Amino acid sequence: MNLGRLVAMSKRVLLQLWHDPRTLSLLFLSPALLMTILKYVYWSNPHVFQQVAGSMLGVFPMLVMFLITSVATLRERTSGTLERLMISPLGKAEFIGGYALAFGLASFVQASAVSSYAIWVLKLKIAGPQITLIYAAILDALIGLAIGLAVSTFAKNEFQAIQFMPVVLLPQLLLSGLLIPRPAMPRILNDISNYLPLSYAIDATKKVISNQGSILNDSLLIFLFLTVILAAGSLTLKRQTK
Amino acid sequence: MPSAIACSGLNVIREDNHILHDLSLQVPRGAIMGLLGPSGSGKTTLMRAIAGLQRIESGSITVLDLPAASKPLRHLIGYSTQSASVYSDLTCLQNVQYFASLYSHNEKSPEEILSDVDLTRNTHQMAGSLSGGEQARLALATTLVGAPQLLILDEPTVGLDPLLRIQLWQLFNTLAAQGKTLLISSHVMEEADNCDELILLRDGRVLAQGKPSELREKTGKERMNEVFISLIGTP
Repeated sequence: MNLGRLVAMSKRVLLQLWHDPRTLSLLFLSPALLMTILKYVYWSNPHVFQQVAGSMLGVFPMLVMFLITSVATLRERTSGTLERLMISPLGKAEFIGGYALAFGLASFVQASAVSSYAIWVLKLKIAGPQITLIYAAILDALIGLAIGLAVSTFAKNEFQAIQFMPVVLLPQLLLSGLLIPRPAMPRILNDISNYLPLSYAIDATKKVISNQGSILNDSLLIFLFLTVILAAGSLTLKRQTK
Repeated sequence: MPSAIACSGLNVIREDNHILHDLSLQVPRGAIMGLLGPSGSGKTTLMRAIAGLQRIESGSITVLDLPAASKPLRHLIGYSTQSASVYSDLTCLQNVQYFASLYSHNEKSPEEILSDVDLTRNTHQMAGSLSGGEQARLALATTLVGAPQLLILDEPTVGLDPLLRIQLWQLFNTLAAQGKTLLISSHVMEEADNCDELILLRDGRVLAQGKPSELREKTGKERMNEVFISLIGTP
């Protein structure tokens, strides 16, 4: 792993993002808009908003990062730039790390903006520190990124990549404890949810909101998942085609 | 003269299609080697195999005295695909700067490279808004970063106007004079005379290899198109 190439790689990804103001504004404005809608949906039950909104702060970055990562890496494949990079000295770990660093930074800004908006404007009350909530949201974003990266290797075009979202992400969302606490689900679903990274991301945000328990174990488990998924993704990046 | 590329008994099979058949060839160092042949003759597959991007079934490829696809070659080969592989949402300069930053040693600055391919005017223009010919030259520029010893260029002059074509061939000659080896494919036979030597490819087999003058002599034809047709007819 060469630090210079890693930084050059993520700088390039961020520059591309910077040149695309529409994507940038969607990245930062759409979660705020959705949070506002959520606030008014639960207008007559404000305590439900308090329960759901915190977890949603982690869900948005995950969805967004899944989408932009899978489409961005697919674009590299179809435009031939990935092949161009594969004959350069750039390593696979630097390629994936570069995306993770760039989009991780973008999700840091996104999570900071959206959580501040939720706390100051929508009066979301969180018992734990905001910075921990942002940290949990970045973990969520990295999960989306890692899955998006892995999925893009199985998709031949953008249509297919987008179709992976309902297949790969929505079941995780349903089982993550967002709708109902995980132990309240049937035993088998609860067992399955123990093997899904998003469950621990939602657990972490819930702990921050209520300021109960440490999120150290959750983050360690998430990093373990991330390592496995990213390593699997880098294995499918082939320098040679058959 | 030591060879920059040496293939022997090369076979490539892609999805059950036998693309290259027992292909053997040598490219001397510092030469401009033209790879000519109709579309579908295996030019791109051969170039990708030499660049180390295509898995081979059997045979051997030695590039700059190293086995093809070996790691040190990543610093020594520049390769441009047929479609312009550049980032449409970056400027010309940012494209070249990015690719340059992946190499530990750069012979030329990004600005110099842009000037070589006559894109100085477009330095700060987004690659996506360039014309087809400009994009092709930007893709060429991105292969000149680092310190390449071998340039593999897949149809670099396709779709360019005659004047630009002449300019690019002058650039190729300059690069060859610096000791770099160039492997350039084309399906336009008229470009053959710009090359030191030619490889005529058909159906994944080498039809003939030699200097343009030698091929003319061999066939007794003047125009390269006729030379090619005559060679197909030769048993």
